[in-house]
Amino acid sequence: MTASAAPVLSMHQITKRFFGTTVLRDVSLTCHSGEVHAIVGANGAGKSTLMKVLGGVYPPDGGELVLDGRPVRFRDPHQALAHGISLIHQELTLLPERSVADNILLGREPRRRWSVDRRAMHEQARRLLADLDAEPIPTRRLVRRLTVAQRQTVEIAKALSYRPRILVMDEPTAALTPGEVAVLFRRVRQLVARGLAVLYISHRLGEVFELADRVTVLRDGRRVDTRDVGGVTPTGLVQMMVGRELADRESTPPVDHRPAGPVRLAVRDGRGRNLRGIDLEVREGEIVGVGGLDGSGRSDLARAVFGVVPFDSGTVEVDGVRRRIRSPRAAIRARIGFVTADRKTEGLVLPIPAADNALLVVRALGRRPTRAAARAMDRLAGRVGLARTLLRRESRLLSGGSQQKVVLMKWLATDARIYLFDEPTRGVDVGAKAGIHELIRELAAAGAAILVISSEFPELIGLSHRIVVMHAGAVAGELPAGAGEADIMLLATGQSATGAGTGPGGRP
Amino acid sequence: MTGERTLPAPAGTVEGGKPGARRGLGRLATIPPIWLVLAALLVVVVWRDPSFAEPASLLAFVKRSAPLLVLALGQLFVIVGGEFDLSVGALITACVVVAARLGDGDPGRTWWVVALLVVFGVLVGLTNGLVTTLLRVPSFITTLGSMLVLNGAVFLWTGGSVTGALADNLRVPGRSGITGLPVVGQLPYAVPIVVVVVACATLLLHHTRFGHQVLAVGGGVRAAMLSGVGVWRVRTATFVISGLSAVVAAILLAGFAGLSANAGAGYEFQAITTVVLAGAVLGGGRGGTVATVGGALTLQMLFTLLNLFGFAKPLRDSAEGLLLIAAGAYTAYRARRSS
Amino acid sequence: MRALPTPAVLTRILRPDRPEGSSLPIWLTFAAVFAVAWLVVGLAGGSFVTLANLQNIAQRSVALGLVTVGQTMAVLAGSLDLSVAYVVSVAAMVASVTMAGDPGRIPLGVGAVLAAGALVGLVNGLVITWLRVNAFIATLGVAIILRGGLNATFDNFAGAVPDQFQVLGYDVLAGIPVSLFLLGGVVAGAWYLMHRTRFGYHVYAVGGDAEAARLSGVRPHRVLLAVHVLSGLCAATSGLFLASRLGAGAPWVGPDGGYDLESIAAVVLGGTALAGGKGRLLGPLAAVAILAVVDSVFNFFQADPFLRTLVRGVVIVGAVALYSYRSERDPHPGERAFRLAGPRSGSRDVPRSGSGDVPRSESPDAHGERG
Repeated sequence: MTASAAPVLSMHQITKRFFGTTVLRDVSLTCHSGEVHAIVGANGAGKSTLMKVLGGVYPPDGGELVLDGRPVRFRDPHQALAHGISLIHQELTLLPERSVADNILLGREPRRRWSVDRRAMHEQARRLLADLDAEPIPTRRLVRRLTVAQRQTVEIAKALSYRPRILVMDEPTAALTPGEVAVLFRRVRQLVARGLAVLYISHRLGEVFELADRVTVLRDGRRVDTRDVGGVTPTGLVQMMVGRELADRESTPPVDHRPAGPVRLAVRDGRGRNLRGIDLEVREGEIVGVGGLDGSGRSDLARAVFGVVPFDSGTVEVDGVRRRIRSPRAAIRARIGFVTADRKTEGLVLPIPAADNALLVVRALGRRPTRAAARAMDRLAGRVGLARTLLRRESRLLSGGSQQKVVLMKWLATDARIYLFDEPTRGVDVGAKAGIHELIRELAAAGAAILVISSEFPELIGLSHRIVVMHAGAVAGELPAGAGEADIMLLATGQSATGAGTGPGGRP
Repeated sequence: MTGERTLPAPAGTVEGGKPGARRGLGRLATIPPIWLVLAALLVVVVWRDPSFAEPASLLAFVKRSAPLLVLALGQLFVIVGGEFDLSVGALITACVVVAARLGDGDPGRTWWVVALLVVFGVLVGLTNGLVTTLLRVPSFITTLGSMLVLNGAVFLWTGGSVTGALADNLRVPGRSGITGLPVVGQLPYAVPIVVVVVACATLLLHHTRFGHQVLAVGGGVRAAMLSGVGVWRVRTATFVISGLSAVVAAILLAGFAGLSANAGAGYEFQAITTVVLAGAVLGGGRGGTVATVGGALTLQMLFTLLNLFGFAKPLRDSAEGLLLIAAGAYTAYRARRSS
Repeated sequence: MRALPTPAVLTRILRPDRPEGSSLPIWLTFAAVFAVAWLVVGLAGGSFVTLANLQNIAQRSVALGLVTVGQTMAVLAGSLDLSVAYVVSVAAMVASVTMAGDPGRIPLGVGAVLAAGALVGLVNGLVITWLRVNAFIATLGVAIILRGGLNATFDNFAGAVPDQFQVLGYDVLAGIPVSLFLLGGVVAGAWYLMHRTRFGYHVYAVGGDAEAARLSGVRPHRVLLAVHVLSGLCAATSGLFLASRLGAGAPWVGPDGGYDLESIAAVVLGGTALAGGKGRLLGPLAAVAILAVVDSVFNFFQADPFLRTLVRGVVIVGAVALYSYRSERDPHPGERAFRLAGPRSGSRDVPRSGSGDVPRSESPDAHGERG
């Protein structure tokens, strides 16, 4: 990974405002060909905005972009592409109802006289995918029928088809399994060896240390520092990101021995579309972690228990009593709360004030008189660490961490006895993360039965009394507290304990 | 997180929101623009016809605006919940025609005719709601279908023309008022009726669990569903409310406009225009009752203005269309700006 | 990847991987409705499958069919055109007034009509893209404006269409009504445009996710403008046809025909999602044919016009309900399949950078559910 001397790209004093709010302030950075330059920062630090300015999605309000020593100004993404800058966005921008080839060549469909040359289009798409050394994906297949990893492959093929000199990847591994992450890294290294410059935005410091040559930290829209990866530690990075010291509580497993209270939640032989015979018990005061790869059925399990997509067969028992949970309302009446993975579409009603979101379940089920609940809001806000002034603000405007806190308030208000957490700290900044973990532990200590689905190993290992690992819709095995990543991965990939399991790296 | 530990405010400028309080002229910007528009229109009208500013005149204006106002409040619930009800105009016509046919001018029948109309309105609303929610037909199609069905059915029943007559006591709420009052002379019944309706609507939308659920369903149906909101129940209820509002509007309209075969024609679009004028976002999740009142008065004021200036009715339509587009543009603009 | 060819073939027919979804169900429905009509009329002592009757059905399909082609294109792009009924009226009036009975003025009349249709479409498109008004409101507003203008200018038939022009409305060539050729031509042109040109591909892209399309260099505003102009042109052509049938234009021609509701219903029944980006062009035409068959049955029984209205309403709602119900693949229970309004990200509203006012990047939330 020899980086060339002169930067291929320089961003000077980039400033960007959105309707009076300054999102980027005088940010400068350089990028060399043959290097992987990571960008890290908390939520709202400005990473994605910076990349979008680079990619021509937004024009900067101040500062300039210099490419190969010449200043450039992009009016639209098309121009940026023409200049050799290709973005792979955090939210995949593929069209689900169109074919793979249609997506890759969108906007540049080959023509033969007046019409689109479809044969040439599919041929080109095939070649681009083959270049990536991926498993073959039929170019005629509709994108909505691809797995997430396949979609990412298509997205990468599309980005590379513009023959960029600078590739910007925004949180590319958020939806990948460790195996797929390894493949991705291998590709990136290949591309970089050929002279490509890569800007890599990530929340995952482990990836940064594995892949990147240099790292820039952004905080509150400003650049804090740029360092060589070799000369900085993860803790140091986090300190720069947050601006103060943080005790690292994440990887400390719970000290309690395994709780022996009564079984609060029991699933017996639960079967469904993606679930094959699940047997699960969660006791009072217990935190059961659920690990596994994408597609293993973890979220399906939670959704089945919560009645969103109920089990086809099998039983669910709450406090020893068999319950028919065929809708979220039924689940809520059974004192179950579900913190979903996607808070923006599933957890919050964005246009209404945060307080109204926090009262949503209470109002829907009409259990408590609203006035009492409203008074409790203040107390709940304090409990989750949400500033009171935010309660009246429109939920859409809150940061990821605050939004998640509102979601937590909503379920705390129902006084649930069983909690299902699906990726509780996804997209949440470092500071709020610790607070959420603390809350989960408190809930368990107060006697709730808790299920935590997480793709982040430190979180999973640090929180759980025991870890249930799922694979292909069934429970592959169970591990005690303090289990290692490798053990989890073994089970998650469907191998038994005797199988060879050098877990590919990539996950911190 | 025991006690009041303040965790670091998440990095990022998003949460800051608009800095500084609204002082001085900035305060003007917080008044929903609809009132400013209304005020402007009022000024022009009074300039053109100073007698308009007399209390009796103003009250008569409110009386004329009453049907639209009530109807728009009903439509507000539907739109806030994320749907449309395009059948209300036909429902109004149906109510008027049915009332005339069944009542046949006999005041003694009025009470059960009204009761029947209420039941009818509820049934239509229920049908609209259930077909939209349980059968998953887009409300646009459901309610336009209802409109066709209502138009067809009612005139099929009456044999193609309007028969019978409206009883006098049925027409009282829309037409008459409390007489012998100082200053104003007559206080049209429509005015207290409207006040009551507005109060109920406001309470219902902004201060009950139901109202909050309507806002939630309109603003994020999946999140609402996952939070235990009975989405189909809530949405169906909004259609029932809309149906009821059409019945009340029909009675008021029958009062001062009398019997006619196209009593309610065009009212559905006026109602939607009003709600949009009031700033409700056509995706649901936002909207206010008081602003809707402002919207109805504004639209009516515009018609009055055009009338005063001698514009023929069709051009009122055009003006309404322009106003609708202008309102839509403004709402879109504000949605992009708001923070 | 499959051992047996047959299941694969069957799967591909029933759930095709073809980019735009299948319109097979609607054609099957058409066949079923046709068969039922045949039966009902036969039982009542008439004969359904006569040349005259088939020609009649074809003629009935033309007016709505033309409008539906334009509406389909608009919906595919993620938009909607509620002004079509009044464009039809305006077109009929312009044709008949311009031609004024003079065969020499036919080309002028046609030109004026098409220009008018394109103009209205352009206005619709500009209000949607420039003023960023939601398509429902924008086209509704334009419709109301047109209604006002029409009623202010005309209150009855006006102008006259020369006899020669009525060839379009009445003549038959080799057993097939001339107007059907017109429809066929327009459909063929639209089909080619949507499925074989870059423009068509971009229409699907913009309808699917305007923001994603924009990031790939497509210009959603241009696409939307074009699609609305096309819709205006199609509605105008329909008005031309109606004028040639009636001999003169009348202002109620459009709204009375219910072209707004029915064209949208036809689009939905034909397998095109109201959310945009998905569906074929031909499916909606089968729905149009179905409505025409139903209409002709009513005609045969000389049903009361009000009864017709009523049943039409029920049929449309019922058919859409049936279609929605069956095609519910429902990965998200409780979610609405289509929304007609609302500034959600990537939906009917004109694309702007980011969803809402907070740019996407500032609320970085990794995407949805997995596992």
